[in-house]
Amino acid sequence: MILLWLILIPFIGGLLCWQTERFGIKPPRVIALVTMLLELAIAIGLWWHGDYGLADTIGDTPNWVLEYQLPWIERFGISFHLGLDGLSLIMILLTGFLGVLAVTCSWAEIDRRVGFFHLNLLWIIGAVVGIFLAIDLFLFFFFWEMMLVPMYFLIALWGHSGSKGNSRVGAAMKFFIYTQASGLLMLVAILGLVFAHFLQAGVFTFDYSVLRTTTLSEPVAMLLMLGFFIAFAVKLPVVPLHGWLPDAHAQAPTAGSVDLAGILLKTAAYGMLRFMMPMFPEAAMQFAPVAMALGLIGIFYGAVMAFSQTDVKRLIACSSISHMGFVLIGIFSNTLISLQGVVALMVAHAFSSAGLFIVSGQLYERLGTRDMREMGGLFGKVGALPGFAMVFVMASLGMPGTANFIGEFLILFGAFEVVPWVVVVASIGLVLAAVYSLILMQRIYFGPAKIDRAYSGLDTREFLMLLTLFVLTIALGFFPQLVLDVSEHAMTEVVTWVSAATNSSTL
Amino acid sequence: MNLTFSHLIALLPLMLVCVTVVIVMLTVAWRRSHFVSATLTVIGLNAALASLILVGQVAPIQVTPLVMIDHYSILYMAMILIAALACSTLAYAYLETLPDQRDEFYMLLGCSVAGGLLLVSSQHLTSLFIGLELMSLPLYGMAAYAFKERLSLEAGIKYMVLSAMASAFLLFGMALLYAESGTLSFTGLGASLANDALHSNWVVAGVGLMVVGLGFKVSVAPFHLWTPDVYEGAPAPVSAFLATVSKIAVFAVLMRLFSLAPATGDGWLHTVIALMALLSMVVGNLLALMQKNLKRIIGYSSIAHLGYLLTALVASDGLALEAAAIYLATYVATTLGAFGVITLVSSPYKGSDAGLLYHYRGLFWRRPYLTAVLTVMMLSLAGIPMTAGFIGKFYIFTVGVESELWWLVGGVVLGSALGLYYYLRVMVTLYLKSADEPERDAPNDWAQQVGGLMVLLLAALVFLIGVYPQPLIDLVQMAGIQMPT
Repeated sequence: MILLWLILIPFIGGLLCWQTERFGIKPPRVIALVTMLLELAIAIGLWWHGDYGLADTIGDTPNWVLEYQLPWIERFGISFHLGLDGLSLIMILLTGFLGVLAVTCSWAEIDRRVGFFHLNLLWIIGAVVGIFLAIDLFLFFFFWEMMLVPMYFLIALWGHSGSKGNSRVGAAMKFFIYTQASGLLMLVAILGLVFAHFLQAGVFTFDYSVLRTTTLSEPVAMLLMLGFFIAFAVKLPVVPLHGWLPDAHAQAPTAGSVDLAGILLKTAAYGMLRFMMPMFPEAAMQFAPVAMALGLIGIFYGAVMAFSQTDVKRLIACSSISHMGFVLIGIFSNTLISLQGVVALMVAHAFSSAGLFIVSGQLYERLGTRDMREMGGLFGKVGALPGFAMVFVMASLGMPGTANFIGEFLILFGAFEVVPWVVVVASIGLVLAAVYSLILMQRIYFGPAKIDRAYSGLDTREFLMLLTLFVLTIALGFFPQLVLDVSEHAMTEVVTWVSAATNSSTL
Repeated sequence: MNLTFSHLIALLPLMLVCVTVVIVMLTVAWRRSHFVSATLTVIGLNAALASLILVGQVAPIQVTPLVMIDHYSILYMAMILIAALACSTLAYAYLETLPDQRDEFYMLLGCSVAGGLLLVSSQHLTSLFIGLELMSLPLYGMAAYAFKERLSLEAGIKYMVLSAMASAFLLFGMALLYAESGTLSFTGLGASLANDALHSNWVVAGVGLMVVGLGFKVSVAPFHLWTPDVYEGAPAPVSAFLATVSKIAVFAVLMRLFSLAPATGDGWLHTVIALMALLSMVVGNLLALMQKNLKRIIGYSSIAHLGYLLTALVASDGLALEAAAIYLATYVATTLGAFGVITLVSSPYKGSDAGLLYHYRGLFWRRPYLTAVLTVMMLSLAGIPMTAGFIGKFYIFTVGVESELWWLVGGVVLGSALGLYYYLRVMVTLYLKSADEPERDAPNDWAQQVGGLMVLLLAALVFLIGVYPQPLIDLVQMAGIQMPT
């Protein structure tokens, strides 16, 4: 029941925000904040009381800590089936936390149509929580598509008007069409899987645990796996399918970028870990070389693109492409260490990119531009902002002591025993990360000053937001076990299932 | 064959609608009152709808070799009657200020509904043709009802000329089939066509001509050219009627024809229909991309939607019947809602309808709930979860995957991606800031009027079906086609 509330609370809160807009600008903001704090509190409560440790045996069905099931569409054996394990818990904690940040960082930025804005913001969060909890494939798809609409509105209505023919409506449309079209491919793949199961067992079901054990012929499995992979690859994003990301990020309001980079991208990695790998282990492993090549391309392409950007937010967006390349390599190497690294990197990237986006949002509020050519020499002129920026830039380039280092290190370490050469090449990508990150610092905060005036420093709200992110980044850099312990069992399950399937097929 | 009491009961909906038309006519002869005519029509349609419960007790029953009243026809009759009710309530608000006679509209509507009711229960080419003509002829008048507007008159005449042409094709095709098989009943045709020895060029020609005729009526590519013009020109409630009642009826009889007289042989007919479906999806969506008129957009999108729906016809086994019914139901609710909003914004009648997208710019900031309705309808047309359209699209995908029609599934994916572009364009227009005072706007008390209530109800229905479709599925599953005795 608590799982159902996790989904319902943001939706209800969103409606309240919309309706209280008539009482002024303040109530929607407060309600949104309270809603997100409640969501976060429930998630923390679940973390505190649940036992996510490594169980002794790895069964055929995942070891759900909490489960909730309601019949829904009996005709096709679809049920409203939610399940929570360590992996989903981490994602939900992240969602709740970034939700709070998204609300607070738009406190001053959004001043028109506040109620409707928060409706959209909270519905994104609700749908994303749904994605992380759904273990019925229909329900998963349902939420997967549902989050697009509010995100579309967020970018299209409150986005920054772009430069040179990049309108925010265009960016929003691109985002929507990319994701929706690839999502439909996933729907076809899901239906293919359901009918494959129907032909064997004679019943319709969309249940995760049941479908996972369907035996598929090799070409069918490969096709279905590709259907899932393309949908997730668009969202992650993997390089040839990344076209929507820089535009969407650059045009979105700060809260939108925080959500987009912090949690929407993570839904793709989550989908791969939860659905694609366990359901099509052999096909995924056959596909691994291609996926890793795509990951490598992403690492370098993203880094080079980031280096050549002049727009701060586009730079951060491109750096996300680079980081997600590591995630892709980690997922497809399928060792426990690399998968744990993926989880750590997802969390770390959410913190660091959210931090960077918030910093650039605050710069924009002060300077009125995101163009780095018009900045320079800002150190000492915007209060504590450059200091925080420095921390998040260091985190983003993977400096030891930050959570990102743990993630990247574990991924490379875990992948080394499987694909040493890929790891060697990917490590070079880390150097490029240092280059574009330092360029970002250099262009904005150091160098010759373009503007010779001081701006207001950080107020308490801004300071607290950045401070929390800072503390979390460092804390997870020193105590990564906080995250890794929670996800260990879920990741062990994935590794066990995949290696069981691949071993049995080679023998 | 003797007509017994149960036969009369089976024909009750049809008779009730006809009686309503006669009563309205007599009332008008006595004294003209827009309110009375509209009320009588609504009462008559409601009575017909209620009588379906009685009909359900005697169904399935064959009334003369022409008509079969089974659960399949009851389902589609219900859809037609509900759609007609929605259209007449919308028309009431719209016609209120029409500077002309208003009552005849309801007679035309009644006649057309009677034709539709006959069509969905026909199992014989004769009743098919009678039903089709009875349904189409009043539509010419309805499309041209605001005939002082040039566009409306043009729409009526265009529809009349092309529709008559299509009927001629249909008749000629039937004649050729009759010449070859010697029967006009669906099953007789099926049995005769199944015998391959009879597959002569005449049969091919006959079937081909019928495809042209029926393809025109449901407006699939390449017989779609009239659709956007007529949708744009006709008064909004009529466009709604055209897009729902006439599509439901023709598609329902098409499904029945296909299941009773399956196209056997080398399956060329399936290939032809599959090609038409693909073409409709692509053409409809591509042409809609650049339109500036909301009514034209819905017109083109209806071509695409019929293309999706044809997937079920091509599959015509397994889940196909169920999928077609679900898709039609969701599509009808959505289209009615969309046209309903257009009607409300264009009501009361003030010259040509508010069709241009620019009229809707910033509607959200003036009429938030009306905009929410239109947004839901656009999302539903695009097939986004939490709306009925998603359930419909899900069914189409399911049928496509089940029957392994990969080309068509690919077409639906592509079409949906293309379609998103213009649905989103419409949607975002509603929320953009409007520069100046609107030229057209819904009346302030729109939500208290019957039309407004109907639109809100439809939005709720579209949302409910999208979230919990099981009751609708249960309903549809009971509606199987009965073989004639």
